[in-house]
Amino acid sequence: MREMSNPFAPTAYEQQKARTARVMEYVFLAMGIALIIPMLLIIGVIFVKGWPALSWEYLTANPMRGGAAGGIWGPLIGTFYLTVLCLLIVAPVGIMAGIYLNEYAPDNRLTRAIMIAVTSLAGVPSIVHALFGLGAFVAAMHMNKSLLVAAATLAVMTLPVIITSTREALAAVPRNFREACWNLGATRWQTIRTIVLPNSISGILTGVILVVARAAGETAPIMLTGAVASMWVEDEGWAKFTPYRLDEQFMAMAMHLNSIARDVPGMPESMKFGSALVLLLLILTINSAAVVLRLYLRRRKRW
Amino acid sequence: MTPHIEFRNLSVSYGGKRALGGISLTVPRNTILGIVGPANSGKTTLLKTINRTIEFISAAKVEGEVFVDGEEVRAVESVYALRRRIGMVFPLPVGLPMSVYDNVAYAPRRMGIHNKAELDVIVEQCLRDSVLWDEVKDRLDLLGTRLSGGQQQRLTLARALSLSPEILCLDEFSIAIDPVTTMKIEEVLSRLRERMTIVLVTNLTQQARRMADHVAFINASELVEWGETGQMFSAPVKAITGRYLNGEFG
Repeated sequence: MREMSNPFAPTAYEQQKARTARVMEYVFLAMGIALIIPMLLIIGVIFVKGWPALSWEYLTANPMRGGAAGGIWGPLIGTFYLTVLCLLIVAPVGIMAGIYLNEYAPDNRLTRAIMIAVTSLAGVPSIVHALFGLGAFVAAMHMNKSLLVAAATLAVMTLPVIITSTREALAAVPRNFREACWNLGATRWQTIRTIVLPNSISGILTGVILVVARAAGETAPIMLTGAVASMWVEDEGWAKFTPYRLDEQFMAMAMHLNSIARDVPGMPESMKFGSALVLLLLILTINSAAVVLRLYLRRRKRW
Repeated sequence: MTPHIEFRNLSVSYGGKRALGGISLTVPRNTILGIVGPANSGKTTLLKTINRTIEFISAAKVEGEVFVDGEEVRAVESVYALRRRIGMVFPLPVGLPMSVYDNVAYAPRRMGIHNKAELDVIVEQCLRDSVLWDEVKDRLDLLGTRLSGGQQQRLTLARALSLSPEILCLDEFSIAIDPVTTMKIEEVLSRLRERMTIVLVTNLTQQARRMADHVAFINASELVEWGETGQMFSAPVKAITGRYLNGEFG
């Protein structure tokens, strides 16, 4: 009854292929799940253990007795200023350098040397950047260990990554668009301003924010260049919002966490986890801000 | 009278590989030059030497001279001014990621024209000349990138016309366009010839026959021969030219 057999029935070979395809899909899925399990565990533990410590009082009070009592206001606002300062220093330099490398730089030895330098710098450990900051700003330029020096050190550390992410965002704009403009007699800058930047700004800005958010959690670079475990800060009135001067030492969340995690006697464990939780939430907030900004700018992107 | 465009012993190579060798050719003012030849024979490269966009290919090396209006293109005071005098349409349509209106107004705006009424006139005229007006007149705010391939091709043409160039170079403009629209554009080009000199690179030898005053046949990076269209088709000097123009190879 050969005529009755289904002409669309899969052959043994096709069944074998379909099985392989299914197996591969599950293998990839398993890797994806394996990736998020540790993250969920970490966040879960920190959340459960740190949640009881969280309160308005905890957020807005300054630490006392080396962090064993009181809250985390000083370190929190210190991290805020540190991040903003770092952003102000690194964003213009990094974005402009990225624009130069992707839009202007001819393919020659100098450009290749810059690219090698950028790639190598991105791989340098943060403690080496910390020592560079200490050497360059404090030892050589005779600046105080301070908020400004720590922010500058963080900026140096994040610069190569920002240059790379900016280049990638720019490179995603099709070359056709640029050539169409050049053919119309537009200069390079006119082309960048009217076509390239409007279509890459979402990628550039999210890159910058993500990198700086990551830097906000770094301990090593600021530990050597201006952050202290604890200090007295103004606790009243407007001064509470501007507790640090640019040329003075300061407290920061990462540094605070680093010190309370080991050497504060008689400190409730929930407060340690509370600090970790706040730092985590802070960085998650910045990252979500980046996502929102990306969605908003992406909507205006046009192709 | 000075020829509008003149190539003198022009050679181009890309990283040592020859793309054009020893081209000498003149294009009189207000004529259409048809350039025909097999793929990869250097036709597009020839166009790029006129407005110096060849310089964006870093491996490209240009020898010999190209004159526009008697002026060597590498000696001009401003390369941007040179490019504004030459409209270019390449075979891959590029709608810029902005509205149809802004696409056409792009170049005039870079020249400092911001008056809405003035721009309206330019945009409408260019879109009419590129036979796109009837299809987009009610939706000029549509994104250029959302148009169909053939429409984007005509949008590219409209953009090239937006600065009233004195030279218009078209590289396979009809590749993505239906035959009826192609005929309409050909009519427009015949009229535009009164205002500009046109260089028309085409794979369709019949299009060259219909449109061009002169035809140049380029094969394997060399200019085989060039002359008046009628003569090229009826009595070419070289046998290979006749065979190509009659569709026997290529």
